Amino acid sequence: MVEYAWLVPLFPLVAYMLLFVLGRRAQEGIVTAISVLAALSSFVVALLILSDVNANGPSEPYAFHWLTIGNLTLSMGFEVTALNAMMLTVVTFVATLVLLFSKGYMHGDKRYPVFYQYLNLFIFSMLGLVISPNLLQVYIFWELVGLCSFLLVGFWYFKPQAAAAAKKAFIVTRIGDVGLFIGIILLFVATGTFEYTGIFEAIEAKQFAIDWISPEAFITLVAILIFIGAMGKSAQFPLHTWLPDAMEGPTPVSALIHAATMVAAGVYLVARSFPIFEASPDALTVVGIIGGITAIFAALIGLTQNDIKRVVAYSTVSQLGYMVMALGVSAYTASVFHLMTHAFFKALLFLAAGSIIHALHHEQDIRRMGGLWKKMPVTGWTFLIGALALSGIPPFAGFWSKDEILLGAYESGNMFLFGLAVAAAFCTAFYIFRVFFMAFTGEFRGEQKYFDHAHESGPVMTIPLVLLAIMATVSGLFNAPFLGHAFEHFLNNGGVVGLIHEPSMFIMGLSTVIALLGIGLAYLMYKSKTINPERVANALRPLYNLSLNKFYVDELYHYVIVKPVVWIGHLLNFIDKWIVDGIVHLFGQGALVGSLGLKYSQNGQVQTYGLITLLGAVILLGAALFTIGGVQ
Amino acid sequence: MLSVEQFLTLAAILFCIGLYGALTKRNIIIVLVSIELMLNAVNINLLTFARFGLMPSIDGQIFTLFAMTVAAAEVAVGLAILIALYRNRNTSDVRDQDLMKW
Repeated sequence: MVEYAWLVPLFPLVAYMLLFVLGRRAQEGIVTAISVLAALSSFVVALLILSDVNANGPSEPYAFHWLTIGNLTLSMGFEVTALNAMMLTVVTFVATLVLLFSKGYMHGDKRYPVFYQYLNLFIFSMLGLVISPNLLQVYIFWELVGLCSFLLVGFWYFKPQAAAAAKKAFIVTRIGDVGLFIGIILLFVATGTFEYTGIFEAIEAKQFAIDWISPEAFITLVAILIFIGAMGKSAQFPLHTWLPDAMEGPTPVSALIHAATMVAAGVYLVARSFPIFEASPDALTVVGIIGGITAIFAALIGLTQNDIKRVVAYSTVSQLGYMVMALGVSAYTASVFHLMTHAFFKALLFLAAGSIIHALHHEQDIRRMGGLWKKMPVTGWTFLIGALALSGIPPFAGFWSKDEILLGAYESGNMFLFGLAVAAAFCTAFYIFRVFFMAFTGEFRGEQKYFDHAHESGPVMTIPLVLLAIMATVSGLFNAPFLGHAFEHFLNNGGVVGLIHEPSMFIMGLSTVIALLGIGLAYLMYKSKTINPERVANALRPLYNLSLNKFYVDELYHYVIVKPVVWIGHLLNFIDKWIVDGIVHLFGQGALVGSLGLKYSQNGQVQTYGLITLLGAVILLGAALFTIGGVQ
Repeated sequence: MLSVEQFLTLAAILFCIGLYGALTKRNIIIVLVSIELMLNAVNINLLTFARFGLMPSIDGQIFTLFAMTVAAAEVAVGLAILIALYRNRNTSDVRDQDLMKW
């Protein structure tokens, strides 16, 4: 089955092309049917591949020659390892449900077929990225993913915020891409290949065709450059700012970006090229610290946001921080495991949030929600499951994976990271239940007519929710200690990667207690109102403002980076307009003025012409005589 | 026996007179005559080298005959153009023939 892995990205590509041909006036039903069928076929193939890999282990890469330049051959192809078999399955699963969900959410949109085209292209790009066996191909799909996220975030481009968010997403991730690109090129220069296998062999042997830097330093440099790419895509601090802004896109897009495609790409890349990182302890330290900082930083911002999607968005940033931190402490399995469980419960949370937003006529502010539990039972239950999974309450998925990450951080001996992770876990539980209590319990605080209109969404929206809720409940059990760490064995089939720790009851207990504390605090503040949130906010006013304004990172960037760059842009524009263009115009105008003057010498007097010709001939003759030497 | 320098000097003088006339005279007929003069100076040169050149042969004389024939034909055409011009513009002054200007 593994040799048919190329079918997985092919189906969405075919769907994209079909929709492209059908054009903008295609029927919504047909569009959805084509897309969902394609994604479902991919999912089925991915499942078959997964079971094949589970039974027979990972395969060799399949490659064909793509370009031959001189004696350099670039190849394209695909490969199936345990990691990307898992990724294929998760991506296609989430994608199928998102495509289905969008039928309800995007119903009636004028550019409905275009939306599905973009989604299919997005899914294709991500699947292509996952099965790429070499970094060049990864980079191509990497940029395609970036392009699709730009198109989808800016799907409602007539909203200025959406257009700005799309640009921001594209430019901020591009900063990371530059790092990745430099890293890839350096690796190519040093090892002469783009293939993972070749690069890993060279890394292991520490044999590089580069002499300006020691092999150890080179590995660290390359690892950090690749990590910068991952930072951009996976929204790690300080390149995280695009992800919350990307909430301006339609909610299904957010679900797709946050769960399966865009942001997973960064973590996936680091996980896939983990041998490079493993060879450099310094790079791992950087990765771990960035991940830890991102986890706590985003969690702190999430505490005070009032837009339901933004809270979930910051929780994504925070959870991605967890995954990256896990990679930084070599807890490879835990990171990939969390990537998988997170894909399920985060897609669930986003789609549930989308369901609420849809029911309330695009109201996203949780201050104007409340009491929705009775109106939307399915959404309420599934959101609760997603929230429990995110908080890390056993037996939901997030508990098992987050627990392993905490364990990895604890065992690494880096108590700083462990402390960050525990604090972030507390914040996570608090903010997600703050949303839950504010949206689903108490009195409705918005306009009464919206509340009267609010109702449970149709089956196209609730079925994906229920399926994702089931996965968010059970997917953690894949690697549960009492079930024999099935996922771990599967992932490490082709050789153990990273460190694996014995499960610890202490960590499990601690993470559960921390999560329960967070939920309890949220309950006291937003459900039973024992603690008045206003008073807490007033008491901690400076901190509250800091968090509410996202630590002023956007403002900082605006003044430190955007403004100077715009200023430099103006300067360059001035130089271009007045100096470069000026020189060009000078020559043009000079020629014009010169010929305007010369035209008056054309007086039609044949004898004048003859005289000038004669003079010319005499001068030429004289010059010839002098140079040849006829005249002494 | 005249020397080669004398022949060449004669030709040069003739050529210069012709050139002077072609560039200065106002009457088109005189200009035409001057051009014939330059042509004949060239003919003298050809004959001189046919007689005194490095490889004396009859080619130069034949070439001169050709040039004279062509010059006769050319004069016929030139005079025809002159008459046409005179009839059209009622002038034979070279300075008035300045339509080909900007």
